[in-house]
Amino acid sequence: MAEAGLVRSGGLRAERRLLLGAAMTGFFLAVALLSTIWTPHDVTAIDISARFQGSSWQSWLGRDHFGRDMLSMIMVGAANSLLVALVAVGIGAGLGVPLGLLAAARGGWLDELVMRCSDVAFAFPALLSAVMITALLGPGAVNSMIAIGIFNVPVFARLTRGAALSLWARDFVAAARAAGRGGIAISLEHILPNIASVLIVQATIQFALAILAEAGLSYLGLGTQPPQPSWGKMLNDAQTLLFTAPRLAIYPGLAIVFTVLGLNLLGDGLRDILDPRLRRAR
Amino acid sequence: MSIFLAQRLTILVFTLLAASLVVFVVLEVLPGDPAAMMLGVNAQEDTLAALRSQMGLDRPAWQRYLLWIAGLLQGDMGRSFTYDVPVRELVAERLAISLPLALLAMLLSAALAIPLGVLAAARRNGPGDLAIAVLAQVGIAVPNFWFAILLVLLFSVTLGWLPAGGFAGWDAGIAKALASLLLPVVALALPQAAILTRVTRSSVLEVLGEDYLRTARAKGLSRRAALWGHAVGNALIPVVTIMGLQFSFLLAGTVIIENVFYLPGLGRLLFQAIAQRDLIVVKDVVLLLAGAVVLVNFLVDLLYGVLDPRLRRSLRHG
Repeated sequence: MAEAGLVRSGGLRAERRLLLGAAMTGFFLAVALLSTIWTPHDVTAIDISARFQGSSWQSWLGRDHFGRDMLSMIMVGAANSLLVALVAVGIGAGLGVPLGLLAAARGGWLDELVMRCSDVAFAFPALLSAVMITALLGPGAVNSMIAIGIFNVPVFARLTRGAALSLWARDFVAAARAAGRGGIAISLEHILPNIASVLIVQATIQFALAILAEAGLSYLGLGTQPPQPSWGKMLNDAQTLLFTAPRLAIYPGLAIVFTVLGLNLLGDGLRDILDPRLRRAR
Repeated sequence: MSIFLAQRLTILVFTLLAASLVVFVVLEVLPGDPAAMMLGVNAQEDTLAALRSQMGLDRPAWQRYLLWIAGLLQGDMGRSFTYDVPVRELVAERLAISLPLALLAMLLSAALAIPLGVLAAARRNGPGDLAIAVLAQVGIAVPNFWFAILLVLLFSVTLGWLPAGGFAGWDAGIAKALASLLLPVVALALPQAAILTRVTRSSVLEVLGEDYLRTARAKGLSRRAALWGHAVGNALIPVVTIMGLQFSFLLAGTVIIENVFYLPGLGRLLFQAIAQRDLIVVKDVVLLLAGAVVLVNFLVDLLYGVLDPRLRRSLRHG
């Protein structure tokens, strides 16, 4: 009964959300990739005579306090966010999924160990682990990838374990066992393909969270370091200039919201289409 | 119940100990010589020696770990290297800002999210539901620090109603202190409220499909009475869990938000301690924050058991 309503959670039909999310994410990816070969202006070129210039044909979003082109900075910022988020989610899934599969396949003390370790890891939100890693290694994009990645490991480990455990009770797994297949072989051949959709959905959502986390870290000065532009750092700079040039605080924020919104819509839409059992509004 | 409690307590203690071990290894063992790391490359040898002996670095690591934990258990958090005062005093002073900040944000987010979520579920697929869904979807995508900057732009820079940052202090009167906390609380609460609204909505919808709700309606209860009398209470169980999980994001959020508003809270202390390489403060504050996350999740587990005794058995295997 309630499920019928949940299909339309968000008021938009799943397919429409999926399309909208895919289009927004596609645009973000295209901009990020484009920035690696072309930007309207050089993002490191400082031109003090052009500082705080408003929008113009040469510079659509105007210039910042160093006279740098805002649009170019936002484009390169997209590429930097993309890279940090990709690596962070890669670390999370790359370590978390095998751990979860193993925990579900072996059970017993190994399962308990994985679960308890993930309890401990959950005690450190991405920002806290980033703080520790920064204290140890210094700030930087690579360290923020590691920090966000570490936080993602238990997320994927728990999700994989839970989803895998429910499959281990199913007949086709019992059949594979009867045929003499081992735990690891069954995990790879039968379990993983069946939970792939759940994992893809979660990866999309973690990707959005990673973009937010990266922005937060670079806002604090712990993430991507100048002169590389990042959305968080741009907002930090803009905050000190709110009285002079409030618009500098608008564009990078809109870029973050657009990207995260697109990824979330994509994730929700994918979930509704790929896995009807998980059809829940988050 | 007592077995359940004992089990949860064991896990709590284990998790806290493991978390403390992680913090200790990362901040005291991995750097090699923490004293050299704190003082930098140009440190004088006698200053280094003095700090090493203050930090007890002449002892083996396991002894230092045990001493640290024993000290913490007695309320002794060591002495800050930069401020030269007991860390406990620093933390107590800063908690007087961060704790109200996090709690008020949690309250505000629940006060907004639960009625909105219930309303959205009751008017499923209507225009109200759609509006709430769109707001929630956008709210989740807005980073709290950007939202904070927008609030400052509107209420401080443009309208001049509220301070753009800083903390008046509790001595300046409750009204003044709360005025300096208002924008930070709103900035922290709204993105959380967006998530919580969606959880509440889907949870209420799920409960509305249950048999006992149909029974309640069949025995003559109005839709509204069945909704508030039977559905909402049961639907709140997952909402409470999510609130517990959100607490860690709220704490992490205070680190950012306190920096946006220049609030001298725990998060800003941690941030400054990193800039000053005051590892003693970093170690204590990180463990305090991680400990708070673990403790809140433990309390949520307990509350879960109280709210729904059916769950106690399955929780043991969670």
